[in-house]
Amino acid sequence: MTDELAWLDGNAAAGPLSRVFSFEVTNLKVTCGSCGVESPLGKLHLYGGTMGMILRCIACGEVNLRVLEVGPSLRLDFRGAACLALGPEPRSARRSNAT
Amino acid sequence: MNLAARRDWQVATATLFRQETPQVRSITFEATAWAGHSAGQHVDIRLTAENGYQAQRSYSIASPAGEGRHVELTVERISGGEVSPFLTDELRIGDTIELRGPIGGYFTWDPSISLPLMLIGGGSGVVPLMSMLRTRYRAGSTVPAKLLYSSRSAGDIIYRDELDTLAAYRDRFDLVHTLTRSAPAGWQGQTRRVDGDMLAHFGFQPTEKPQIFVCGPTSFVETVADQLVAIGHGESAIKTERFGPTGDKR
Amino acid sequence: MKVTRGFKGKQHGSEETTDRVPPGQYVTEEFPVLTAGPTQQTSLENWSLALQNGGQLLARWNWAEFEALAQTERTFDIHCVTKWSKLGTRWRGVMFDDLLKAAGLTAGPLMYVMAHCDGGYTTNLPVADLMDGKAMVATHFDGRPLSAIHGGPARLLVPHLYFWKSAKWVRRLVFMATNAPGFWESNGYHIYGDPWREQRYSGD
Repeated sequence: MTDELAWLDGNAAAGPLSRVFSFEVTNLKVTCGSCGVESPLGKLHLYGGTMGMILRCIACGEVNLRVLEVGPSLRLDFRGAACLALGPEPRSARRSNAT
Repeated sequence: MNLAARRDWQVATATLFRQETPQVRSITFEATAWAGHSAGQHVDIRLTAENGYQAQRSYSIASPAGEGRHVELTVERISGGEVSPFLTDELRIGDTIELRGPIGGYFTWDPSISLPLMLIGGGSGVVPLMSMLRTRYRAGSTVPAKLLYSSRSAGDIIYRDELDTLAAYRDRFDLVHTLTRSAPAGWQGQTRRVDGDMLAHFGFQPTEKPQIFVCGPTSFVETVADQLVAIGHGESAIKTERFGPTGDKR
Repeated sequence: MKVTRGFKGKQHGSEETTDRVPPGQYVTEEFPVLTAGPTQQTSLENWSLALQNGGQLLARWNWAEFEALAQTERTFDIHCVTKWSKLGTRWRGVMFDDLLKAAGLTAGPLMYVMAHCDGGYTTNLPVADLMDGKAMVATHFDGRPLSAIHGGPARLLVPHLYFWKSAKWVRRLVFMATNAPGFWESNGYHIYGDPWREQRYSGD
């Protein structure tokens, strides 16, 4: 197993996180507490497998989010993120003038 | 959308199977609390053995967006896998599983997006892209769309007939197949791994500002995303969803 | 709990009720890889292992020096908190007792240890759980050098606790006065992790 096969992307964390957040959490913009790079949560590198979800910055690799789901309980740790932002939809969602 | 339904596990019944290829089966589930989904979203599936042991995986939704109590998944049987062989071989009509969803807002498309739609899929990565194409067709959309679809061999192409039908419909949808391991005699499509030349030749140009979705195994997605940037597409225009090494999302 | 007809999972056929398998575990022939981050690739030229008392360096070995220490080969059963157990695994490395001896110590200067690893992983243990033959720093598995995905060049091996305590890519063992929680322990996993008492999560 090589490195690039070892991680999934943050989209896989959307299920457990939907228990806490009422909006589409994969669009949440996460600012890394270590290097300051901002990415959508869906793009972060996800490790941990069945131990838990460890979401790492795509630039520097430091941990931004930890999500641990144990039966009915859910534990979120955002200490590695400097900031979480819910902004307008990505720029591509432009409306057509014809409708 | 009913948010409560999205968060909780609900029981779903298998009502219809369709064998897409020898290794791939589409399964329609009926879930009474299902509140609809957007193209590109996925569900989490949970299976419980008699002694309480549980396994959980994520699968992209194949059916088009909309309301209704049915959701279709397309599952590739991964040899040695824990969940996919159960879904493709053991599950029977009338059996129930638990699912949670729909999930995901980052990797989604809806017909109100007027940008050209560029879809690049590897193997079972075509599943959420198919949801987007089916949604586009059902909405009568004429947003220009292109699918570049990589498969190992012609026999591995999922939804082959349906894709041909959509491409023949003349609503500005172009379909390009590429095969990476073997091609049958008389094959008209491409025969190599997706590379920058193929993306530049068959895809939209960066100046057309397409919304790009790439889905498939991790190494496929990494390579394609890098090549898209190398030929001039902006990082923010590219949305990716990667399946794990086994093909399961988790 | 909603049982799925016909589903048995990986554990089908291999669950045993022998004395060697802690509660809630199933036996596997595989050696699953779980990781909190990318596989570390540290060359032997750059590798070292250090013992520290807080910030004070007690001892340090490069690879050649480490391989020259007393080597021990042992066979252990290992138990992962994700429920798989692997029996009869064969390891070679330096017992923690021999590391202390090589550092000129008869006991730890403080009661607890934090293991620090390449990639930033940490885990905490009482010194008592490392001594008296209970733990080693392992460099070989099954007669071969430990591969990077399984924690090579060297990993901590503490088989009587859940396997997350057997920290991969270990580089520093730092004595500390209190049992400060490491990576998984800070995120809901049990501070001690005894598989025989099923101490998987904090509060168990």
